[in-house]
Amino acid sequence: MKRLFILFLLVGSVLPAHATLTIEITQGLEGALPIAVVPFAWRGEAAKPPAHEVGGVVSADLQRSGRFKPLPVNEMLSRPSRGEDVDFRDWRALNVENLVIGEVSPNGPGGYLVKFFLYDVFRGEQITGYSMPTTARDLRATAHHIADIIYETLTGQPGAFATRIAYVTSVRTGQDKERIELRIADADGYNPQTIVSSDEPIMSPAWSPDGRKLAYVSFENAQPSVWVQEVFTGNRQKLTSFKGINGAPAWSPDGRYLALTLSKDGNPDIFVMDVARRSLRPLTRHWAIDTEPAWAPDGKSLVFTSDRGGQPQIYRVPVSGGPATRVSFEGEYNARASFSPNGRMLTMVTRVGGQYRIATLDLQTRDFRVMSTGRLDESPSFAPNGAMLIYASQINGRGVLAAVSTDGRVQQRLRLQQGDVREPVWSPYHHQERNR
Amino acid sequence: MKFQSSAWLAVVMSVLLFAGCTTTGTKEDTSGASVEDRGSSASTSGARDGGAWTGNPLDNPNSLLFTKTIYFDFDQSTIRSEFVDVLRAHAAYLNGNRSVTVLVEGHADERGSREYNIGLGERRANAVKRFLEAEGVDSTQINTISYGEERPAAMGHDDVSWAENRRAVLVY
Repeated sequence: MKRLFILFLLVGSVLPAHATLTIEITQGLEGALPIAVVPFAWRGEAAKPPAHEVGGVVSADLQRSGRFKPLPVNEMLSRPSRGEDVDFRDWRALNVENLVIGEVSPNGPGGYLVKFFLYDVFRGEQITGYSMPTTARDLRATAHHIADIIYETLTGQPGAFATRIAYVTSVRTGQDKERIELRIADADGYNPQTIVSSDEPIMSPAWSPDGRKLAYVSFENAQPSVWVQEVFTGNRQKLTSFKGINGAPAWSPDGRYLALTLSKDGNPDIFVMDVARRSLRPLTRHWAIDTEPAWAPDGKSLVFTSDRGGQPQIYRVPVSGGPATRVSFEGEYNARASFSPNGRMLTMVTRVGGQYRIATLDLQTRDFRVMSTGRLDESPSFAPNGAMLIYASQINGRGVLAAVSTDGRVQQRLRLQQGDVREPVWSPYHHQERNR
Repeated sequence: MKFQSSAWLAVVMSVLLFAGCTTTGTKEDTSGASVEDRGSSASTSGARDGGAWTGNPLDNPNSLLFTKTIYFDFDQSTIRSEFVDVLRAHAAYLNGNRSVTVLVEGHADERGSREYNIGLGERRANAVKRFLEAEGVDSTQINTISYGEERPAAMGHDDVSWAENRRAVLVY
């Protein structure tokens, strides 16, 4: 039997030269809103343009969301950057519903002023417009904020472009040797920064709700420990290093507690730690493997993985403890669940016909959907606006990151040049790019 | 710290269309795993000039102690019968050398979630620990650690590699 076709939709600016921009109209993209984002004009010295073209970043963001279908730049009949230069007939002729134009001007040493305008093409009206001072370092962040504003204005839901992802990379450095790093990058893969590097495994990164800290598991000194590290200072503290497993940290929505897995009493159970007091209380007590806790957004309950029924399935327990109730019933293997930001859905790893894939479960309707098409997909998490899921996948034996819109329409890949990449987690909204 | 801004090769929008995707769906063949080549163990005569092994008994290739890795079936932590003699030999060695300690590493194959696999690896390490204790080894001589799927022995992504990765390793 024929195995699979892969059709790649390539996004312009970040691709190798031989890759052409191909807009493939598939069933999945039919509902996307046609929009045009004109490259932003540079008003400064021609020889010293900004390092990033703001309009291109905005356009790529909107396209990745799956909700928009940006017009390729080479199909534009005109490229205005100021309101008075816009001729709406140029855009109506191309069936573009919304138009974004803008410009970047010098604004003091190392500074820029970015202006943009969003238009309704058929009404011929400006919908919104902003003037945003920024710096060379924050220019991409500003572009992501513009994409967020456009996304929210046109869809009614907040965007999640000005966010980050944390992930783990592994590069073989020799026989039986590898370099494992915990990194953070912008949600589009730019600006990767290594925050921990080790010869021993690093696992299970988890953002604090304020986006300022990451909890993770490190096997340095041949002992698994749970650490909490401040993202912007690099300061870190070892939270637990008990005998046995110290794993699967998960922050409570208020950031005061950390749920985690410890096997100090003989087998893996979920515990809740008061982070300030360092006090521990057991949440589950069972002979089975109980692990991978995740908090409901209201902080009142947690889900976790347990094989108390024979195979791993998802269970839910009140934060006060007490009996756990089974949540997942579809499929013989379900693990590593986490909640959507509105608390209505879970995403998890499920086994379907021997393949490990990402699924969502609607907690009200019980609708269970397999969202990915890989063979060894794992570690799903929702974007903070709930519109995308990011997860780890494998292509040709290499670990890659993948994302799928929660409506299943758009998939994307983020690949490392060398080595494997895995365990992606999307940051919450409130991270501090303005304070960098 | 150094890293390249070009570390991300590309952001590739892709639509995967699976047309009748083939599923290998291979069941773990547990019965076939214990096939042994009974002829091979007698072939070392003369190689050592009749002399007895004088080094560390753990390094003697003709000793059961030379085997320090035992393998497990998919999602299982039961000691397979073909490894009972190996573990008994290690138990006897530890019983005869009460000052020696061993670290039992538990590992899992890459399938499924990582933290659950940490739990599975611990189960395997504990199964070995309990076996050794049942053979009289003092519990203070045995430490365990689970690496889950984080430290694979084989790098492939197929049944053969997975079978090599579902293991417990005795580290002296």
